[in-house]
Amino acid sequence: MLARVRQRLTVNGEEADVSFAPYKTLLEVLREDLQLTGTKHGCELGECGACTVLLDGEPVLSCLVLGRECEGRSVQTIEGLARGPELHPLQAAFADFGGSQCGYCTPGVIMTAEALLRKNPSPTREEIKVATAGNLCRCTGYQQIVDAIEDAAAQLRAEAK
Amino acid sequence: MKKRLDVVGKARRRVDARAKVTGQLRFADDLSMPRMLHAKLLRSPHPHAEIVSVDVSRAASLQGVHLVLTGQDFPVPFGIMPVSVDEFPLARERVRYVGDPVAAVIATDEQTAVEALALIEVNFKILRPVEDAIDGLRHPEPRIHDYGEQGNIHRNQSYEFGDVEDSLRKADFLFEDLFFYEGNTHLPMEQQASLAFLDGEGKLQICSSTQNPHYLHRQLARVLQIPEARIRVVATPNGGGFGGKCDPGGHEFVVSKAALLLGRPVKIGLTREEVFYVHRGRHPVLMKMKTGVTKDGKLTGMHLQTLLDGGGYGSHGPASTFYTGVLTPVTYHYPRFKFEACRVFTSKPACGPKRGHGTPQPRFGQEVQLDKIAEKLGMDPAELRLKNLTKADSLTASWLHVGSTGLEACIRKVTELSGWKEKHRKLPRGRGVGIACSTYMCGAGVAIYWNKMPHSGVQILLDRSGTVIVYCGATEIGQGSDDVLAAIVAETLGVDTGVVRCVTGDTGIAPVDLGSYSSRVTIMMGNAALQAAERLRASVAAVVSETLGTLPDRVVFSQGRVFAADNPGPGMTFVEAVHMAEAALGTLSAVGSYAPPKPPGKYKGAGVGPSPAYSFSACVVEVEVDERTGWIHVPKIWMAHDIGRAVNPTLARGQVIGGVYMGLGEALMEAQSFRRLPEKLSGALVHRAPSMLDYKSLTSLDMPEVEVALIEDPDPNCPYGAKEVGQGPLLPVMPAVANAIFDAVGVRIDEIPITPDKVLAALERKAKGEPARVGPEAFPAVPYPEPTFVLPPWEEGDGKETKRNAAAAVV
Amino acid sequence: MLRLPWFDYRAPRSLGEAAAILAGEGPQAMLVAGGTDLLPNMKRRHQTPKVLVSLRNVPELKVLNGVFGAAVTLREVVENPNSPAALRQAAAQVATPHLRNMGTLGGNLCLDTRCTYYNQTEEWRKAIDYCLKKDGKTCWVATASKRCVAVSSTDTAPALIALNASVFLESVAGKREVKAEDLYRNDGIEYLSRRPDEILTAVRVPDGWTASTYWKLRRRGSFDFPILGVAAAVRMSGDVVEEARIALGAVASRPFLVEKAGEFLKGQKLTDEVIAQAAQLVANRAKPMDNTDMDLYWRKEVTDDFAAYALRELRGDDLREARLRTARHVP
Repeated sequence: MLARVRQRLTVNGEEADVSFAPYKTLLEVLREDLQLTGTKHGCELGECGACTVLLDGEPVLSCLVLGRECEGRSVQTIEGLARGPELHPLQAAFADFGGSQCGYCTPGVIMTAEALLRKNPSPTREEIKVATAGNLCRCTGYQQIVDAIEDAAAQLRAEAK
Repeated sequence: MKKRLDVVGKARRRVDARAKVTGQLRFADDLSMPRMLHAKLLRSPHPHAEIVSVDVSRAASLQGVHLVLTGQDFPVPFGIMPVSVDEFPLARERVRYVGDPVAAVIATDEQTAVEALALIEVNFKILRPVEDAIDGLRHPEPRIHDYGEQGNIHRNQSYEFGDVEDSLRKADFLFEDLFFYEGNTHLPMEQQASLAFLDGEGKLQICSSTQNPHYLHRQLARVLQIPEARIRVVATPNGGGFGGKCDPGGHEFVVSKAALLLGRPVKIGLTREEVFYVHRGRHPVLMKMKTGVTKDGKLTGMHLQTLLDGGGYGSHGPASTFYTGVLTPVTYHYPRFKFEACRVFTSKPACGPKRGHGTPQPRFGQEVQLDKIAEKLGMDPAELRLKNLTKADSLTASWLHVGSTGLEACIRKVTELSGWKEKHRKLPRGRGVGIACSTYMCGAGVAIYWNKMPHSGVQILLDRSGTVIVYCGATEIGQGSDDVLAAIVAETLGVDTGVVRCVTGDTGIAPVDLGSYSSRVTIMMGNAALQAAERLRASVAAVVSETLGTLPDRVVFSQGRVFAADNPGPGMTFVEAVHMAEAALGTLSAVGSYAPPKPPGKYKGAGVGPSPAYSFSACVVEVEVDERTGWIHVPKIWMAHDIGRAVNPTLARGQVIGGVYMGLGEALMEAQSFRRLPEKLSGALVHRAPSMLDYKSLTSLDMPEVEVALIEDPDPNCPYGAKEVGQGPLLPVMPAVANAIFDAVGVRIDEIPITPDKVLAALERKAKGEPARVGPEAFPAVPYPEPTFVLPPWEEGDGKETKRNAAAAVV
Repeated sequence: MLRLPWFDYRAPRSLGEAAAILAGEGPQAMLVAGGTDLLPNMKRRHQTPKVLVSLRNVPELKVLNGVFGAAVTLREVVENPNSPAALRQAAAQVATPHLRNMGTLGGNLCLDTRCTYYNQTEEWRKAIDYCLKKDGKTCWVATASKRCVAVSSTDTAPALIALNASVFLESVAGKREVKAEDLYRNDGIEYLSRRPDEILTAVRVPDGWTASTYWKLRRRGSFDFPILGVAAAVRMSGDVVEEARIALGAVASRPFLVEKAGEFLKGQKLTDEVIAQAAQLVANRAKPMDNTDMDLYWRKEVTDDFAAYALRELRGDDLREARLRTARHVP
């Protein structure tokens, strides 16, 4: 068995060369080998949604993606969302509407919401709940998360005009 | 000089929001250091056993392993409460639940540490496990601990305030009900993690997801036998706490000891399963509640008995035991009150404080029983409650001082918003509404260890840049303590929260705050911050008043400006005022501190329950029940919460909705329950569901809409009048659900969680003409002690223990 | 952090190459597509394959033309306009949106059987001295049982059985097509009739159904595996049933067809009474065990209700309210 594998992937729009222990999942590669600790973990078994990142644009659980399967693929994490010094509308809305309390599920929920809004710029509250049903949150009771995503959607629609 | 509020009461982006939404905030497991090693714990596979021998030689010689620790490395025990110091970081002679840590491996990486754990050989001598509290009463031997009241009873207590039997005899109706509340756990999204290392001076530093860095600090010094001054505890932002990170954990001692021995940074991150074993969550409680009531709905007295399943260690158990009784008489006036409480050691992870600490269980019974009383008397349950409310600035039979109370306003508001009068007993079959109320402390009146020092200290430094640096030991666990701190200081100094920097949760820098528990932070930290800020403001005002041509107490600080109250036009910026004051006085700093007032009760045990203020909540839940399947659907919940004043309404609302969410989860599904395998074949006693998938918590799709009403009537004991909101709104949800189910389909589910199978079973009983109820059928004979007898204030009591016959003489 | 054990990794670029690797490595190799079932199991050491053969880069498995390629994701199944209702509803209720982005149709069909005594970590299972399904001698669900009673928890299989679908299995030895119901065996350990060297490549669903549906019982609106799945498909002639197939999931070690109910419905109109009788025939076959979430007697008791929901929906009743209450959303 190889002690480490080396591969290249695109992380937040930039090429990254990384070497890691071959058993590692994308979650471990991001956090431990690329120092991108914004992506959190709550179970490592696909049961909580905290580790959600976008892989080739789709929200996936990085704890269940083999690092070795990411060669040449594009990964987006919470660290890459802000627009320079400005918060992304989703980030701003989560901050303003109480969508983030302890903040631990926040990166995963925001990345999930980002994927939703790319596909569906005008989701209903119901559609927001369905899209985020794979992200557990123990603080908010979800209501302010839904409020935040609704507001961000409106912001993004206004920007697009 | 009083002014209108600029910051407090305004919805604002919380001060730590940006770090959270950008992923910049560093939780404990996000930290790493050069040459850092990784620790893993070997945990007991047996619920109760003696450790005969531990052989770590094979593990220690595995390549990549730097250190193996066992119980022999930790001769000194710990325990959050001085009366229950019964736990070792790694078990020494005895393991007391599946998951009790036995040994630790410190290796170059986690994978190697895991591999080494498998090489540790432990010989156990199996002992009979205790399955639950009743089993523990039945089997005093073998004892789980060699201390406690007797057999496997850990704590046993009894208090009687006035002759309760007499008050029940004289009632027109006597209600006697049994209730059971299953245990459940906090399930913070963040799994506990700790990183320990030696700093540049060779002192120990630990960064850990703890709610109570101060208590951890003290326990580390005790267990490691090094001076407190050589230890620094940094509470990293907690990814959710809910009480689960209040106790010191074995893992925190392990990484600290390893860092001391190896001189290298050592990190541990618990797995989700381990978090279930650390637990310290809601106690399973069996309750018996006898309540007297007059024909016109006046309560005459209550006799409450509780039996707590404590798990394998003391934890906060002595306090939890009290809390299953003491707050019961705060919402309604009981002329007499008696409670008996018993906590039994069992062979399961230790129970402790979870949001509402010990009070949701009796509150559930009390509020469901009130619903039964209203039904029997033909009264509106809301009216029955209104009729019995405690009054502002009054004493309970148990000598708790109720200061401000907004419960009446809460009930009126929540019934109005929910359309209660049009719905209760009027919705079509299968649909119903239920109401319930609750109260919670704004901080425990006494510290966990006895001392006369303040409960919270704050130091503020005014920098000439205009930055206000605030130091406090308080810990941000997601509830927004940093934001409250910044808001109170900003309001008082008339600046924006953007210029306030909070330095918190760090015992090496900040003054002591006891921690994020008992809903104490807003009022205690807030009052300390207010005092410090007021002192600073007075210093600055004294200097600038001459320039402003006014008296010091006529100087106004508002929105970054400092000016004379009667001549606001001129004036100066806050920064100019700071410069002027620093030039006159030198470096500008002030401290503030807070200790709660002494409680009126003088009897032994009177220290648990008193609080500088109580919050109140009233909740209406609407349910739909399918009578064929028992399936429960909750379309909407209304909650009115007496918060005194909301420091940041966005956060306050979030706490309310979050409390409702957690309460609804407890009501319907959350359960920390265990499986005992057939005794003839196995001694196993295992957690049923130690995973995020199997421990059921509500998802976004299971959560109904919550309508929140904040009742704001500032409490004079609280900073800017702000009371707690972190725990209170959870408490009435469970009984309101049970009461709504009764309104919908006429069955009583007297135990939590309320699941469709129980509803269906009760409906089937009802169809057969049997009592339409599911719940406990019997309460065991518990050897409660003779009660501490205290006369209520209105029976010429003095707050001290007295002889019962003295009472007889008075009555 | 829970981590995977060490493994070798192979990523074939064609079906032939994948089959050859599988034949060469033998049973110590395992296939991985979405990874959502196997990887958690590996983290808990249920399976510790020496070699993982990734199907990610095998284009033949991703087809969506007349057949459903096995590596089509569950989300793609949901979004495909040609997916029959039962399959779409089943796929839409698997786990969570994220897991449906990752998990594949083939993976869901081959989902390992589940049990509360099995789906636990290595340490937990040690504390019960393991169980019949893995490393132990006793089935803790039924201690007298010689057979593992772990429960089939796939949502899509009952749907495909009701739809009379078949699956293709390919190995270096050749290709075969088997009826969906014949893919499964009523054994919690050897739950598939697929040989270790075979790759499930595609699913074929016959046309001609008038309507089909899938009803899932679980505690929450998301995440949870089924604790009961009722799938039904009918071919109608006017308002008379010409053919009906009803399948049950999550009440045995395999999903299965309730033939009696289908026979009973043949030639009948879907009146309330007929539906009630058919639902009872379905419920009679449900034998849930105490190895999943929720009370097993209750699960048995509500089986006829869920079967009736399914049949009423096929009749054309508007059951969106019932869906909303049980599934928490309308898939």
